[in-house]
Amino acid sequence: MDNEKNMNKVLDEVTSGEYKYGFFTDIETETAPKGLTEDTIRFISAKKNEPEWMLEYRLKAYKHWLKLEEPKWAHVKYPKINFEEIIFYAAPKKKKQLDSLDEVDPELLDTFNKLGISLDEQKMLAGVAVDAVIDSVSVKTTFQETLSKHGIIFCSISDAVQNHPDLVKKYLGSVVPHTDNYFAALNAAVFSDGSFCYIPKGVRCPIELSTYFRINAANTGQFERTLLIADDDSYVSYLEGCTAPQRDENQLHAAVVEIVALENAEVKYSTVQNWYPGNKEGKGGIYNFVTKRGACRGNSSKISWTQVETGSAVTWKYPSCLLLGDNSIGEFYSVAVTNNYQQADTGTKMIHIGKNTKSTIISKGISAGFSNNSYRGLVRVSKKAENSRNFSQCDSLLLGDKCGAHTFPYIKTANNSSIVEHEATTSKISEDQLFYCQQRGIDMEKAIGLIVNGYAKEVLNKLPMEFAVEAQKLLAITLEGSVG
Amino acid sequence: MLNKTENILQEHLLEYYKVNKNLLNESMLESVGNLRDEAFEYLKNNNLPTNKDEKWRSTNLEHLYSQTPGLDYKPTEYKKSLEEIFICEVHGFEAKRFSMLNGWYYSPENEKLKVFENGLIVGSIIEAQKQYPDLFNEHFNSVADYKTHGLTASNAALFKDGLFVYVPDNVVVEDTIQLIKMINKEDNMFINSRNLIILGKNSELSFLHCDDSINHSPSLLNTVTEFVVSENAHLRINKLQNLNDSTTLINSTFIKQHKNSSTKVNVITYNGGLIRNELFVDLVGEGADADLNGVYLMDKKQHIDNQVFVNHAVPNCTSSELFKGVLDDKASGVFNGYIFVARDAQHTMAFQQNNNILMSSDAKIDTQPFLEIYADDVKCSHGATVGQLDTEALFYMKQRGISHDDALLLLMFAFTAEVTSKINIEALRLSIEDMIKKRLRGELSICEKCVLHCSVPEYPMEFDIDMSKI
Amino acid sequence: MLLNIKDLHVSIDGKEILRGLNLGVNEGEIHAIMGPNGTGKSTLAAAITGRDGYEITKGTIEYKGKIINDMEPDERANLGIFLSFQYPVEIPGVSMTNFIRTAVNSQREYRGEEPLTASAFLKKLDEKKKLVEIHSKLTNRSVNEGFSGGEKKKNEIFQMAMLEPNLAILDETDSGLDIDALKVVAKGVNALSSPENGFVIITHYQRLLDYIIPDFVHVIYDGRIVKSGGKGLALELEERGYDWIKEQFDN
Repeated sequence: MDNEKNMNKVLDEVTSGEYKYGFFTDIETETAPKGLTEDTIRFISAKKNEPEWMLEYRLKAYKHWLKLEEPKWAHVKYPKINFEEIIFYAAPKKKKQLDSLDEVDPELLDTFNKLGISLDEQKMLAGVAVDAVIDSVSVKTTFQETLSKHGIIFCSISDAVQNHPDLVKKYLGSVVPHTDNYFAALNAAVFSDGSFCYIPKGVRCPIELSTYFRINAANTGQFERTLLIADDDSYVSYLEGCTAPQRDENQLHAAVVEIVALENAEVKYSTVQNWYPGNKEGKGGIYNFVTKRGACRGNSSKISWTQVETGSAVTWKYPSCLLLGDNSIGEFYSVAVTNNYQQADTGTKMIHIGKNTKSTIISKGISAGFSNNSYRGLVRVSKKAENSRNFSQCDSLLLGDKCGAHTFPYIKTANNSSIVEHEATTSKISEDQLFYCQQRGIDMEKAIGLIVNGYAKEVLNKLPMEFAVEAQKLLAITLEGSVG
Repeated sequence: MLNKTENILQEHLLEYYKVNKNLLNESMLESVGNLRDEAFEYLKNNNLPTNKDEKWRSTNLEHLYSQTPGLDYKPTEYKKSLEEIFICEVHGFEAKRFSMLNGWYYSPENEKLKVFENGLIVGSIIEAQKQYPDLFNEHFNSVADYKTHGLTASNAALFKDGLFVYVPDNVVVEDTIQLIKMINKEDNMFINSRNLIILGKNSELSFLHCDDSINHSPSLLNTVTEFVVSENAHLRINKLQNLNDSTTLINSTFIKQHKNSSTKVNVITYNGGLIRNELFVDLVGEGADADLNGVYLMDKKQHIDNQVFVNHAVPNCTSSELFKGVLDDKASGVFNGYIFVARDAQHTMAFQQNNNILMSSDAKIDTQPFLEIYADDVKCSHGATVGQLDTEALFYMKQRGISHDDALLLLMFAFTAEVTSKINIEALRLSIEDMIKKRLRGELSICEKCVLHCSVPEYPMEFDIDMSKI
Repeated sequence: MLLNIKDLHVSIDGKEILRGLNLGVNEGEIHAIMGPNGTGKSTLAAAITGRDGYEITKGTIEYKGKIINDMEPDERANLGIFLSFQYPVEIPGVSMTNFIRTAVNSQREYRGEEPLTASAFLKKLDEKKKLVEIHSKLTNRSVNEGFSGGEKKKNEIFQMAMLEPNLAILDETDSGLDIDALKVVAKGVNALSSPENGFVIITHYQRLLDYIIPDFVHVIYDGRIVKSGGKGLALELEERGYDWIKEQFDN
């Protein structure tokens, strides 16, 4: 019943179709000079007071990146990125180390309040700890004390480099190596901040952990890096949200997320991606080129990705699972909505290597306006992955005759005791369903919102409650004005 | 990228073209010569396909690129009748048989082109240029795209002969036209052949295309076939592929369908070293329907690659793809289906299904059923599965006293029957089913000594279990 | 007059189905529309509710004194026109409760009323569920998904009870129902029946009319109403079938 109430609340609240988070906060910012050279990397590293090994890692990645070419295989079109024009480091100026909330710039607090994220532990949603990252740095991580009681480390990755170098050294780049792809190499060279999380053996993290990303400064790229390690028999649910101001120029966001799940550990990673998508004519918006990957290293471990993708001008993103441990499980639940001139090429990779590994892929694409929405997914069953099982269902819904919906599954099986199944359908909302709703007095726009939310429900149900509400709202907002 | 200088084959082809250009164009129309020049330019600037090319990721031809196979420009002299060198496995159905030997149109009577009473024309594509230049020019190269990849370009530049069929408007060809392509040469050959088949308005044709080898020499066959299916014409194509284990076959079929036309294609692959079937269907007239099916049964180190591209360019067309395969030993398979629905191609119905069974721990399959859709009022779906035979059904049958091997066979047969049941010529269907049974029992692989073209079909196997009830 | 249809001509894909139909329904009246299959009964329901693809080529539909020929379906619904569908559609993932709440509040909003609070809504939901003897678990499921034929029809009546329309059109609501379900449908209709509300009951059989007593019975044939009468006409049709009407008309 609670879910019902929330759903109703959501539908009642949806009123305006504009991007709500497009404001810009005027805060004093410290930036690196435009462009990317070895000096830029040294600048970033110095700013962050990093140890030598970190700088070396960055430089190695940078040198590798120079050798790579921008990937062209995705079903998206955008002008070549001019790396000379990007500012690779921008941070709100701060005078000293922050010890309490009182020391956070009130403008910043206000920014997050406007976004509906309170950094004041008293006022925030109970049960969610937040790491707030604005432009290139983490400004505040809440509930650290509560978490440390359980031995959980939840801090910015910059802090982790300083305070937990052994863990960082051991795991950074172990799932997404700096050689992985063009944007991963770039990220490894210039990443400025992000979240770090370590759940010790046997601990079930009692609250939801979340990182909230905000791009604020102009002409900057955001390159955050998240590293999440779940030790044996642990559990954590992690959330990620993001927004950016409305600007006419495109901004680059190239993040890397790495997850390690050890023996019997479970990680649930949810994303509500709401970067500025550009205006109705397709001007502006974020290029969201993200590498997310989790490694189920331990036997019986589980990694579950849930994503609701409504923002960004161009999305290039494939949260994946390496199923290395026997009996490990990978899941991918995705709703991707594109409207106006948005382009999304998103999906997953499930790599079955251990025995009895299982993966499930549920992808719901919704295209409207002049947008293009592609599912691209790889299921690979290696020769040794005996008795593995994959089920994929990838549906597309088209709203209007000027958009595109595409499905590109790749299935590679080299094991004869495994079963792989893939199904997909493409359709539009049926006239019968619309008429039925209208006959009950529900107008066209509301009816579409209702039907689309119903269509995506299987995925939305996987989100933690607080975010499910947010996500449903977003779906309806993204699609507003899509019916002509 | 493979360095061009490392690709000896490509160099060999380019060199051959330069030297033999005039010879190649002998008795060919100017349009062919022009196409050859264009294709030659393309081949100069583009590699033969390698694993670096997205559409060739899982099919590797590079072992061929260090070779310099024979490219003869004169037909082999034979006086023997077709029946003496080749006995067709398929009996009991009416067919007009035509053959190609080592890439050349072969007729012991030296009859290069035949015109039938109803106006049907069948013969060598060289002769067709001589006798029907206008008809040839109107349709030649109107469907195929030599830029598809280096091998289609090499076909355009170097093809020597092929089959030409013309069915005039309103003619229903009763008998199946059977094309038997045989390879019987001791040397390592590279054969580029090119077929052009034209169906006039309201016409009907059943076409059977057999690729067979009758010895064990390795060869590389590179065939391009163009089908023009005019308004309200109905085409059926059955392809049988039974080649030796050292042969590589690249079979590119281009079909253009006009208004209210229909095409049914069944591709049956029993055997072959490396086979790649490319099927490009362009639905350019409203109301066109394409029904594309395939079965492949590979073992040893064989490799099968089916590429099916359906372009829904206009509204109200339907297409369906069903490809099923059994892979044993170290065989590998690829299926790449691509349905493209153009903007405004409303009311499209397109289905795509690929099912695979892996019989051994060394067999593997890559399947990529793609959809690219730009119209909203469509019904499109696809599915792909990789798995094993149903163990419950297996147990059920064994419990009823059927031996393990028989039960396996029954299940595999039932698995493939979904496709073979679509074959319209009964005698052909029975024969194909019979071949499949033999193939599944391992009796039909072309082995060292036996060139198995069983002259008498065996009695149908007793399959009186109703599979639908299991 | 609640509903006043004059000389209504309706075409589907250029084919004329209704050819000059006249029908008047006053507040407080129950009208039964009967007739052989394929004569335009469901077309009439679709035309009144404004379904896409049903083109009014001539004539008017007047409801509460307003001509509604070109009105959107949701606006007609908001004005109090309800259709119990012959084939209710399934809407996966959308729960019945959420659906009906959205509908109720849309209609309230149209009338300038505050949306129902969650508790008021739930109270009403419970009340009406009892009325149509609909099982609680049905309202938690997705709209019509996995409902049996009878459950779907009961669900239509349940929605009618929730929305409290002024004009309810029941399109073959009785077809495929067992006697118990039929009684539930009748109970729902009779509960809503009041001096302000009108009903148009489209049916092929007179069975339902044993439980809902119509004030008028009309026979539709070849796109027109060819015979009208009282309850007795339904009984006569039951006894004699439609052939005599056809004969009369064709001659």
